[in-house]
Amino acid sequence: MKHQNIELTVGIFFLAGLLSLTWIAMRMGNMGGISQPEYELQARFVSVSGLKEGAFVEAAGVRVGHVADISFDSETYEALITLSIAESVQVQEDSTASIRTSGIIGDKFVKLTPGGAEELLSAGMEITETESSISIEELISKYIFESKD
Amino acid sequence: MSRLLSSISRLGRSVQHFTEDLGILGVFLFNAIRHGLNPPYTLKPVIRQIYFIGARSGLMITVAGLFVGMVVALQFYDTLVRFGSVSMLGSAVGLSLIRELGPVLTALLVTGRAGSAICAELGIMRTDHQIDALDCMAIDPYRYLIIPRLLAGVISVPLLTAIFVLMGIAGGYFIGVLLFGVSHGAYMQGMADTVLPRDMLMCLVKAVVFGLLIVWISAARGFLLHRDRKGAFGPEGVSRVTTEAVVLTSVSVLFADYLISALLL
Amino acid sequence: MVIRVEQLDAHYGDRQILNDINLHVSRGEIHVIMGSSGSGKSTLLRHILGLQIPSSGSIHLLDQAIHQIDRKQLYSLRKKIGVAFQGGALLGSLTVEENIELPLREHTKLDANTIRIMARMKLEMMNLAGTEHMMPAELSGGMLKRAGLARAVVMDPQILLFDEPSAGLDPVNSAELDELIIKLRDAMNMTILVITHELQSAFAIADRITIIDEGKLLITGSKEEIHRSQDEDVLNLLQRRVGRDDLESQSYLDRLTHT
Repeated sequence: MKHQNIELTVGIFFLAGLLSLTWIAMRMGNMGGISQPEYELQARFVSVSGLKEGAFVEAAGVRVGHVADISFDSETYEALITLSIAESVQVQEDSTASIRTSGIIGDKFVKLTPGGAEELLSAGMEITETESSISIEELISKYIFESKD
Repeated sequence: MSRLLSSISRLGRSVQHFTEDLGILGVFLFNAIRHGLNPPYTLKPVIRQIYFIGARSGLMITVAGLFVGMVVALQFYDTLVRFGSVSMLGSAVGLSLIRELGPVLTALLVTGRAGSAICAELGIMRTDHQIDALDCMAIDPYRYLIIPRLLAGVISVPLLTAIFVLMGIAGGYFIGVLLFGVSHGAYMQGMADTVLPRDMLMCLVKAVVFGLLIVWISAARGFLLHRDRKGAFGPEGVSRVTTEAVVLTSVSVLFADYLISALLL
Repeated sequence: MVIRVEQLDAHYGDRQILNDINLHVSRGEIHVIMGSSGSGKSTLLRHILGLQIPSSGSIHLLDQAIHQIDRKQLYSLRKKIGVAFQGGALLGSLTVEENIELPLREHTKLDANTIRIMARMKLEMMNLAGTEHMMPAELSGGMLKRAGLARAVVMDPQILLFDEPSAGLDPVNSAELDELIIKLRDAMNMTILVITHELQSAFAIADRITIIDEGKLLITGSKEEIHRSQDEDVLNLLQRRVGRDDLESQSYLDRLTHT
């Protein structure tokens, strides 16, 4: 009787702990379950200042992927980033990738603006139209210098 | 001059004692693992210890997690509302719970509840010669007493941490969404977006390490009561060693927390 | 010789606890080691149990030098030795019956039913029937000692070591334990080593007695030899135990010796 009680309680405890763990893993870590196939595209930027790996890729404000890799191209002195995008999302050849900030002090993300071309980009290809990060510091200093003139 | 000398020698002695204590702890764990690898392996004692360390702490962890989540949400809301960024409430609550508060507070609560009990129980077993009796019955005390507790600690604390975090998120939801009217989507999606698999890994690593630390230190202090430097045996010895074990475990948990955060961030 | 202690020295830090102790116990003998508290008799027991390592000298149990064999050999030797500790030393988290069953469960492959029957037999023998499902904390001091004794003999050991059977017990309980010890030797032919500070209990059970004082062996011999001893130190020690008047009239020791 006593032993059964202990085993039952431990069983309930295990169940509660494992359920919590699974819920957190599914909900937070985006692990398992909801993961859908993705493909990768490249893009070059003059500056990706502030962008981090794992940042979102949005199109029309909807999340469609994330930044998989950020590296530096020492030949062109440009930033080369790899975007991982959901397979169901098609990106036109002349789409624009721009780096934006959510709010004034929020995280940087990559915004995809659709183009008009009929050709679609397939895995491994490069988005040629890009806009780099807008630096608030640069904007402010520009404003100050211009007002001095 | 003599006062200077005496304080230097005192410092030297405490450094020596500290190093000795570390050595004793190390040898204890080494012995436990070496002897614990001998058969027979039985599950029953482990389940029994999971019951004491884990299951019996469940209610405490649930309630504590709920309140911690509520207070964290309250504090963050009050701060974020000044910047007009209440939509980040979910991220703030989720990140702080998963990275820090969940594992650390769970570990400290388990230290207070189970760590002290482990230390006192083993200390009493030492004073009452129960440990000698086991040894004389050719039952390895490390295998019989220590290994099940270590395993139970390493298994229970991560599960308790998960429960704590989940309850914390629920508590934060209650305050943020139900009380202050932050939108359900902003809270949940904001949290899901900012918490990375890396954060969860850190949470898990911490919980496992803390589970080991709690049982390791508490058990060693009680089990090795007879080796205590101050030489106290009997009830006074047990109570003093238990207090020391709780303090030492808590400090070690916080120290390990810093180390793991620094290494994994 | 079942127990052989030779030239045993033990130190605690700089303090010498045991000084050149020699002890020989032959098969089937009840040997009592007597001494007041602080005489080093408990330290001697811990050395014989292999719980402490001597500074010098040797201890042989069943012809094995316990401080020279490795842990595995020591453990297989210990399965043939039963130890009853002063307060019983039952595990507080197990019931009385589970405590008695523990050595059988750990060391034999017997099924649960057989183990239970064997444990109950020993409990019966110690007049503890009815306490099976009680926790150790619910037992009286005398019952704890007897339960500890039941656990010590549940594997039918060749040697039984008993620490202070009569300490803290009233005369009735103490006499009951003395009877049990003699019964164990007679029925199971165990070699029994008892540590005690009680003169009465020592004389009641012993075949041979060894008296230790301040870490030194004062005398070893049969009850009569102890009784007849004119050694100054032995007389002093006995006087301290039973009171000068009693000893001078000799009737007390006579009574003890000839019962």
